[in-house]
Amino acid sequence: MTAQSLAQKLIARAAGQASVRVGEIVTCRVDLAMFHDSSGPRRLKPMLEDLGATIWDKSRVVLVMDHYVPERDDAARRIVRIARDWAREQQLPHVYDSQGICHVVVPQHGHIGPGLFCVGGDSHSPTGGAFGAYMFGIGSTEMLGVVVTGEIWLRVPRTIAMHWSGRLAAGVCAKDMMLAMIARFGMNGADYQAVEFTGDAVRGLSMQERMTLCNMSAELGAQTGLVAPDDVTWQWLRETGVAPLPGDGDAMDWASDPGSFDVQHDFDAAALSPQLAAPHSPAHGVPLAAHADTRIDVAYIGACTGAKLDDLRFAAQVLKGRRVASGVQFLVAPASLKDRAQAEAEGTMQILTDAGAVVLPSACGACAGYGDSFAEGQTVISSTARNFKGRMGPPSTQVYLGSAYTVAASALRGRITDPREVMA
Amino acid sequence: MSDAGPPQGAKAPSGGSAAHEVASVGANSAAPMRWHTVWHLGDDVDTDALAPGAYMQLGIEGIAPHCMENRDPAFARDVRPGDVIVAGRNFGIGSSREQAAAVLVHLGVAAVIAPSFGGLFFRNAFNLGLLLLTCPEAGSLQGQPQLAIETAPLRLALPDGRVVACEPVPDFLLAMAQAGGLLPQLRQRLAAQASSRL
Repeated sequence: MTAQSLAQKLIARAAGQASVRVGEIVTCRVDLAMFHDSSGPRRLKPMLEDLGATIWDKSRVVLVMDHYVPERDDAARRIVRIARDWAREQQLPHVYDSQGICHVVVPQHGHIGPGLFCVGGDSHSPTGGAFGAYMFGIGSTEMLGVVVTGEIWLRVPRTIAMHWSGRLAAGVCAKDMMLAMIARFGMNGADYQAVEFTGDAVRGLSMQERMTLCNMSAELGAQTGLVAPDDVTWQWLRETGVAPLPGDGDAMDWASDPGSFDVQHDFDAAALSPQLAAPHSPAHGVPLAAHADTRIDVAYIGACTGAKLDDLRFAAQVLKGRRVASGVQFLVAPASLKDRAQAEAEGTMQILTDAGAVVLPSACGACAGYGDSFAEGQTVISSTARNFKGRMGPPSTQVYLGSAYTVAASALRGRITDPREVMA
Repeated sequence: MSDAGPPQGAKAPSGGSAAHEVASVGANSAAPMRWHTVWHLGDDVDTDALAPGAYMQLGIEGIAPHCMENRDPAFARDVRPGDVIVAGRNFGIGSSREQAAAVLVHLGVAAVIAPSFGGLFFRNAFNLGLLLLTCPEAGSLQGQPQLAIETAPLRLALPDGRVVACEPVPDFLLAMAQAGGLLPQLRQRLAAQASSRL
């Protein structure tokens, strides 16, 4: 048996094999299929009816309404209504309507954990890899195949290790790590292989920060991003009330075998400064200093990538007792209602609203580019994942991507600012 | 780089049927060469360029006229069934929205040829019956108005007699593209299951 990476171990389990070879094409049993109002019912329902087929196992399906909620027009109302009607009609047991963004809501409700093989109808589905699940995004037709058969094919990927040693400096976080990696390797740099994040700096990250790493594996072009489960993972799962999973605990050897990585790239966390991706690509990453003092109109903390509880806390660290610059629109859309409730309970939201934040619904919002978007010619700094031309506003909108620290610091000064300059 | 599209009169001699048609995939010697008009699109064509988010609430017919509008407004207007795309690196990077592939099918694009594709887009394209050819030398096709697709081995033929190799595509994916995608295959599979139960 050849050395197996964590990715290979997870795939082998789902394929019912002892091991898998890189490049081998296998068929995997799916433990969880997640989809949302945009990728799910409105596309699956007609295709299922057309086929005269039924859902293979409703207990393994999770539906989240997050893209078109709250409904802003008739088209959105129609799409969300299809999802709600279908959920009722099918008596789906796991539906989260307007509770937040799928990649955050689904693990927070205990659906994802180590050893599982999961697919999501959304490109940021690799987020689930933070929990030691093999999770990746697929399109609606492929989701139809999963929903009908419970299976999916996969070409066993190589595993690329991103090894971060040392400790991140204050004001630097997982988002900066990702922007640095995407800048170095490009948006397709991971070539649809598996990426595993390793090293002391990764071990030292909270669960939500690990989610940010795996989430933006999508922007690296990886099929999935993984962090091997450890004490942080198990503790988080216990606190979330996740029931024991197949392959739970020590039953599976989670570590990638020595020699199983195709390549390992090494990074020094201590040397990392706040990063920025300039318009119009997440791969236009540069040290923040290159664009310092660029004037901004909007500071946006949102999305599964950049508005989880930890991100809200980062912003609050910067803004405690302060107000954002006049003329800057400071928008905060917490990634889930659960994160928002916790942020409210602990005072984090109060700090942000005192600083001038307008709190938006917990949904994909401007990040998806499906509805609310920024205005002609505006310059935006955003904690989201993508700044493609025309995605979050008209083609003239200039979107810079940065961490929640950086967005908050920039809101404070009204221009792109290194958070370390304003943090005590 | 984004060409203004094929020159007038460069239409493929064999024309194109109104219905979407996967580029002919047959034995090299048997079938007559079918020439496809080429659209040259650049590097990093992302899913927002192919299926802009602002139109995602619409059906494919509604999204298709806006395909590539921020990069090459002539494309959606002038592309004809049977045309092929030759693109640069990373075609289809970005979101999982399969509408990015579906609009190309809707517009009748017979195949996309590029040195690399977004992985999600790659799966979506075959699931919808769109043939993608990974061609490390796609850059050498720059300026070519027409090409033909040969199989066994999978390669491109140019009017000047040159041939350009493509990476092999697994048989089950070729079969999926030829069947018109996953949906027709699922229909066959379900029908077979039903008849075996009779």
